[in-house]
Amino acid sequence: MMFVPGNNPSMMQDAYIYGPDSIMLDLEDSVTMAEKDAARVLVHNALKTIDYGKTEMVVRINPLSSPYGKKDVEAVVSAGVDVIRMPKTETAEEVKELEAEIIRVEEKLGCVGRTQIMAAIESALGVVNAYAIATASKRMMGIALGAEDYTASLKTPRTPEGTELLLARETIVVAARAAGINCFDTVFSNLNDMDAFRREVEAIKALGFDGKSIINPRQIEVVNEVFAPKAKDIEKAKLILAAIKEAEQKGSGVVSLNGKMVDKPVVMRAQHTIELALASGIITEEEL
Amino acid sequence: MELKTASAGTLESGDIIVEISPATSKGIDIQLKSTVSYQFGEQIKKVIKETLSELNITDACVNATDKGALDCTIKARTIAAACRAAGKDLWLD
Repeated sequence: MMFVPGNNPSMMQDAYIYGPDSIMLDLEDSVTMAEKDAARVLVHNALKTIDYGKTEMVVRINPLSSPYGKKDVEAVVSAGVDVIRMPKTETAEEVKELEAEIIRVEEKLGCVGRTQIMAAIESALGVVNAYAIATASKRMMGIALGAEDYTASLKTPRTPEGTELLLARETIVVAARAAGINCFDTVFSNLNDMDAFRREVEAIKALGFDGKSIINPRQIEVVNEVFAPKAKDIEKAKLILAAIKEAEQKGSGVVSLNGKMVDKPVVMRAQHTIELALASGIITEEEL
Repeated sequence: MELKTASAGTLESGDIIVEISPATSKGIDIQLKSTVSYQFGEQIKKVIKETLSELNITDACVNATDKGALDCTIKARTIAAACRAAGKDLWLD
């Protein structure tokens, strides 16, 4: 998910070229208070006009408690945004409040249910309430860590090792998995240290995250390399899926491969590997 | 509609500054400076005029400095400048 300032037309129109899985147009921290109105109109018109193909379009709105939040919701829902990202989410009630606002706009437009929600968790209270936030709405498609505000709320600085983020990261992954939604890690700001960036992406993948937020197109390749399944894992997953098909054709509930029974977690992992391979464009549906 | 002078946009590449001020005569008067004026000057003026018409602004002076903005950006900056000039959110009414 690539962050793009919502008041920069050039970046907004070029972002698609670099092939991120999703683009997050930002109306919050990257836009000054004096430009909130202009950025809102710009994002609305970009969403309505620019063809972003299959790229998932996300907009980070301002908090509903600010003078801008409700106007942001109206502008982006009416432009057909895929996902609204809530900043600084701390409670399930805040999610329900946003959902009510989305429904109000969608009812006016006659498109109820179109807009999904992603919650950014950026404080100690948000981490404590992660599961409640993740399950607060059927529209919740994922939760994401926002590390700068989170570490500020912990009264500790960010370190290259990320020790201070470990509990939040693990809590967010567990909450997302328990809720059956996605989870996304925070941004890595030092563009001059790509080795450290790669190490961080590898670490958060190992923790179970589905993806990484990025701030520059240069970071896309590393994220894709780390998250894309390896060839041997894809081949193994294909064999497992073929074994499932064979078992189904035989009417057998037991899946076996090379004479060994395949357990359910192995099947689920194989399915996930294939989904990732398809999403990464490494394989096509026809190859299955 | 009563307008004061207001503008929106930047001079960055791909953007446009649109400044709207009260009309000195009937109609929309547009003064345009653009790096692509020769190729797209008329199209830029057309987008500004149509956008103001959709907002029910029939009389205004417009000064625009374009740096290669797309139509959707020209429209957005015109709307933002018009809202600021009118002092209200005309486009979501």
